[in-house]
Amino acid sequence: MDKLQLPYTITGLGEIEIKETVTPEKYTELETNLNKYAIEIIDDPKNVFTQKVKDAIVEMVYMEEALATIKTSAYLAKKLNKSYTYIAGIFSEVTYTSIQNYIILQKIERAKQEIIEGKDTLTEIAWKLNFSNVAHLSNEFKRNTGLTPTAFQRIIKKRKETEFTPQQ
Amino acid sequence: MKHDALHILLADDDDDDRLFFKDAIDEVKVKTIVTMVNDGVELMDYLNNSDTRLPHLVFLDLNMPRKSGMECLKEIRSNSKLKDLAIAIYSTSGMDKDIEETFVKGANIYIKKPNDFEVLKNILAKVITLNWHYHTSGLNRENFLLNIQ
Repeated sequence: MDKLQLPYTITGLGEIEIKETVTPEKYTELETNLNKYAIEIIDDPKNVFTQKVKDAIVEMVYMEEALATIKTSAYLAKKLNKSYTYIAGIFSEVTYTSIQNYIILQKIERAKQEIIEGKDTLTEIAWKLNFSNVAHLSNEFKRNTGLTPTAFQRIIKKRKETEFTPQQ
Repeated sequence: MKHDALHILLADDDDDDRLFFKDAIDEVKVKTIVTMVNDGVELMDYLNNSDTRLPHLVFLDLNMPRKSGMECLKEIRSNSKLKDLAIAIYSTSGMDKDIEETFVKGANIYIKKPNDFEVLKNILAKVITLNWHYHTSGLNRENFLLNIQ
């Protein structure tokens, strides 16, 4: 930013505001330079908003307290200061999927990480992620990945074993 | 999702299967660019060619002449340049043992080839959408496993 002489302020996580109008040439130069660091510019307002929704959902799913106490629509509406209908509309327009689907995706991702870490039992993981019981977690897991949590665990374990096989 | 197109590469030796696949992909909402190769040797040549841009997602038939899908899978996963490539096995086989073996060897997705066009469309929509989420949400690709029967 300094090299391009663009005055800016940092307004949030991964978010900056450039204090003057950026010429197309400078924009392209900035984008090329950022890409070298694998940083992508999101500038379409709907895409920017959708990213904020995703960030809020991830924050919600990875909270330490059990998710049972949180009502998604109220949480997101409060966090993003917009009605849930508005939020859901933009989100599905940009991502071709619903907020509920995305939440389940993130919950399954977290379940995978917890399974790999091996510190919690499936019962504890189910509770943390607000599934009624282990069967419910297993069903959602299988519905989303086609594999049971145990099959998943087995595959990851076998992968790690084959990685460290010494060359003959 | 509204940004660049998803680049997909299909390796399948069967003409009809390739056409079936292409027609189904064309009906999926996400913008895609599809490249096709006829067998494993062509596939590895394509991927190892530094001039061509790597695809985001490769669909790999297991039963191919010259070089099988399994051999390609092993080669791809032992090449550090190709580590970000998402691999979907696309096969007529539905045996659990084979499926688990491909996951252990590094495949991300396993699809048993359906006979029904609508079913294939739905499967591809699901796979592509999920892959996009991994791509755009920075999720851990090593944990990306999807089994579709």
